[in-house]
Amino acid sequence: MRCIDESDLGTPAVNAAELVTLTIDGHSVTVPKGTSLMRAAALAGIGVPKLCATDSLEPFGSCRLCLVEVEGMKGTPASCTTPAAAGMKVTTQNDRLATLRRNVMELYISDHPLDCLTCPANGHCELQDMAGAVGLREVRYGYAGENHCSLPKDESNPYFTFDASKCIVCSRCVRACADVQGTFALTIAGRGFDSHVSAGVEQSFLASDCVSCGACVQACPTATLSEKSIIARGQPEHSVVTTCAYCGVGCSFRAEMKGAEVIRMVPSQDGQANRGHSCVKGRFAFGYATHPDRITSPMIRASIHEPWREVSWEEAIAHAASELKRIQAKYGKDAVGGITSSRCTNEETYLVQKLVRAAFGNNNVDTCARVCHSPTGYGLKQTLGESAGTQAFDSVEQADVIMVIGANPTDGHPVFASRMIQRLRAGAKLIVIDPRSIDLVRMPHVAAAHHLKLKPGTNVALVNAIAHVIVTEKLVDEAFVAKRCEGPAFEKWKHFISGDEHAPEQTEAVTGVPAADVRAVARLYATGGNAAIYYGLGVTEHSQGSTTVMGIANLALATGNLGREGVGVNPLRGQNNVQGSCDMGSFPHEFPGYRHVSDSATRILFEAAWGVHLDAEPGLRIPNMFEAALDGSFRALYVQGEDIAQSDPDTQHVTAALEAMECIIVQDLFLNETAKFAHVFLPGSSFLEKDGTFTNAERRISRVRKVMPPLGGKADWEATLALSAALGYAMHYTHPSEIMDEIARLTPSFAGVSFARIDELGSIQWPCNDETPTGTPTMHEETFTRGLGRFMLTPYVPTHERSNDKYPLILTTGRILSQYNVGAQTRRTSNSLWHEEDRLEIHPHDAETRGVVDGDWVGIKSRAGETVLRARVSEAVQPGVVYTTFHFPESGANVITTEHSDWATNCPEYKVTAVQVVKVTHPSAWQERYRRFSDEQKKFLDERATLSR
Amino acid sequence: MHIERLVEMINDIAANQVADPDNAVDVITSHLKRFWDPRMRAQIIAHAEQGGVGMAAEAKAAVARLSL
Repeated sequence: MRCIDESDLGTPAVNAAELVTLTIDGHSVTVPKGTSLMRAAALAGIGVPKLCATDSLEPFGSCRLCLVEVEGMKGTPASCTTPAAAGMKVTTQNDRLATLRRNVMELYISDHPLDCLTCPANGHCELQDMAGAVGLREVRYGYAGENHCSLPKDESNPYFTFDASKCIVCSRCVRACADVQGTFALTIAGRGFDSHVSAGVEQSFLASDCVSCGACVQACPTATLSEKSIIARGQPEHSVVTTCAYCGVGCSFRAEMKGAEVIRMVPSQDGQANRGHSCVKGRFAFGYATHPDRITSPMIRASIHEPWREVSWEEAIAHAASELKRIQAKYGKDAVGGITSSRCTNEETYLVQKLVRAAFGNNNVDTCARVCHSPTGYGLKQTLGESAGTQAFDSVEQADVIMVIGANPTDGHPVFASRMIQRLRAGAKLIVIDPRSIDLVRMPHVAAAHHLKLKPGTNVALVNAIAHVIVTEKLVDEAFVAKRCEGPAFEKWKHFISGDEHAPEQTEAVTGVPAADVRAVARLYATGGNAAIYYGLGVTEHSQGSTTVMGIANLALATGNLGREGVGVNPLRGQNNVQGSCDMGSFPHEFPGYRHVSDSATRILFEAAWGVHLDAEPGLRIPNMFEAALDGSFRALYVQGEDIAQSDPDTQHVTAALEAMECIIVQDLFLNETAKFAHVFLPGSSFLEKDGTFTNAERRISRVRKVMPPLGGKADWEATLALSAALGYAMHYTHPSEIMDEIARLTPSFAGVSFARIDELGSIQWPCNDETPTGTPTMHEETFTRGLGRFMLTPYVPTHERSNDKYPLILTTGRILSQYNVGAQTRRTSNSLWHEEDRLEIHPHDAETRGVVDGDWVGIKSRAGETVLRARVSEAVQPGVVYTTFHFPESGANVITTEHSDWATNCPEYKVTAVQVVKVTHPSAWQERYRRFSDEQKKFLDERATLSR
Repeated sequence: MHIERLVEMINDIAANQVADPDNAVDVITSHLKRFWDPRMRAQIIAHAEQGGVGMAAEAKAAVARLSL
């Protein structure tokens, strides 16, 4: 069922410059050439009956309900498949057409359960609507004939039901699965009367390849595919457009509501990031927001070995402020800090960094981008001048060559992956650089032209080898380089990269990638037309993450693949607001807009606006905070919406640091792993409970709109205001829009941004200012932000983390479609049905030599620690490499990862950990300790309820 | 902070300047000023002044400039 508040024009918009004018039912209509008659009529306010057509899918022409007459044309063509032409005279309604349509509807209705009053789609059923539209008054065939009305329901999917008895075999679901999502999980099986929708090969939806994106449910014109929430709760009565709080795609959704209850989330057809599509997380996994585990009252305690005490907001804030003041008085002003959240809004992250800089009086503020895309910020700033991706997602439609490096879009960024798949099916060439065989390498109707299966930790050597081929085979876009780049830096780089040590024949021993493949990839990237690079954490989370980012930028500069649509350097950001949290000044060395704290002009600007003296020295990064906590110089931390105890590497080091601190203030939805070490707990608010903005991976600022009151009584920004006021630094905002107004006043790249402007435009891609009042979809079109592009030297420096006889395998980590990062949200939804535990992927060869079979418990031991997981024997990983996800705290994936980090940013090296794997029968010692500690903390939480009664 | 960790960090910065030895010390110095908290810089300065055990030559030279 389509969104209750959206209309359907029947067929997709056509992007053609040439316009044609025709007449429909006597009305003159002008539309882009190629527009269907159905859409042209709809644009003129004339509804043509339809069932198999919907404007999210290409027309199919099967239902025969949309027939029209066109003067001079024989018969009654389907308006959905007939393009408008200049001078056409179209009739959509007359007796002949009415009779034809009634006849069609009679056939449909003769094989349909007439249970409209108890049907979940009642009032929003297109079949019901069409029966009314054609004036169906009788069914001459009766209802006693052979029919499908008693077919069973498939209720295997946790979020939606497939009721075959209501299916009209319009193929909209099948086409949505193929053409929008690209999964091909659905098909029409059987022929004639036996035709029916089949998931997989007559499997249940859950057992099939269905990824539960919801595209089929949205496309279904009847109640055949219905959300279980609608079946259970009834239809929503209003909707609010907001932005998803999962990955960095930043999909626009309509939250469909009954009062203050979310009934379902439906991707907005107007969504400029997602173009009406969604994934299993954003579409269905929102139930965490009202999960019983939510903590909605503030709590405090003197020690982490004591039960929590529920208190009022006033008492909790006063206690937190008092502790911060006490600690600063005792240990100095630099002994405290804060961490902003990429899951919170721009306005909230701005406030937290302002709190730290203005109220704490230091620059000890950092954000979770530290552990994901901080190298992107560093590397792109050095080369292009701006810490952000260069393109809009729409740009992929113009790409001829797509290079995916260290990213797994179908799992990590599924909605954008679907756009990418559409482009690949239309003919673009795909290069995958990844140690694992990610799904994109081979899937229905998509096959990578090249998969460079490199050894983990050798990205720089491989990227350099590609650059070497481009330079030495004279594939450089000399005109672009001469016009757009620094000449001396290019010459220096050219000399460097031409060195024999970078030749693919030399790097082959290091990377494991055959030289011929590297040369082929370099030639394709440099000469294959518009070439776009998309990369993820497989690039950044290395000891040379920043170097690889610079190497990627070098490739784009050398080949002129920047500054227009279809090309570019595109970091696929992990969390919904990673880009925004970085933009908002969450790093300890930068004010909002990526301006260094030592820059006097910027500092004076903020000092004047905020009315305080600001520190000109950089503060501590998150890993530095841990080190400083252990040496006693850092004693208190305010953590908003971040779970460092689970997400950061070398867990035992992190938890030791947390235990060493005197006051940890956690603001979150749940008692997460970090909160188990906290002394003050402030209830967080989900994205459904507040106003604000998120900025996605394409720099798109989109509105987050409050659809229900904060369960804990305060939105996150209001809690930060209260804490700041209690510290003696009052901030005066009555609505997040006023915070954005301040950001715009102080940040040139946001100068034109306001809530009103976003509401007007739908969303805005920064920079947005006087020069670019509607935003900037493609960056660096005429010049780079830094003026001329700068080639950077990128020597390959092997990581300290080496495999040896004791630790012979390399562990790399990642995430999966159904779960999200630390899992705090998705583990509290039915998404766990698809992924109920983290497992260790191990190649059959490595498994066999260890006597491990699928499902065995295996111990994974590194230099940092040891944990135990069940094995999944898989050829997705290469011999010598093992892989796991990190969605469950008890897995202890980060107990194994080490303290090694990117040389420039301290981004942890999650992707390379030398390990040994052995078959075991018991959990690890860490897991035993974790279970005891967690049980104790849960008891303390449960006792909180007792104490407050 | 553990000085061994700071030494490893500064050596990593130095190692990544190997392709441009003429500018290595300048780059390391600038990096420390722009990204290291003052207490980290103070600690590495103190360590360098005591001989800088484990520090790469370029790292020592960069820290010496910090001290000026």
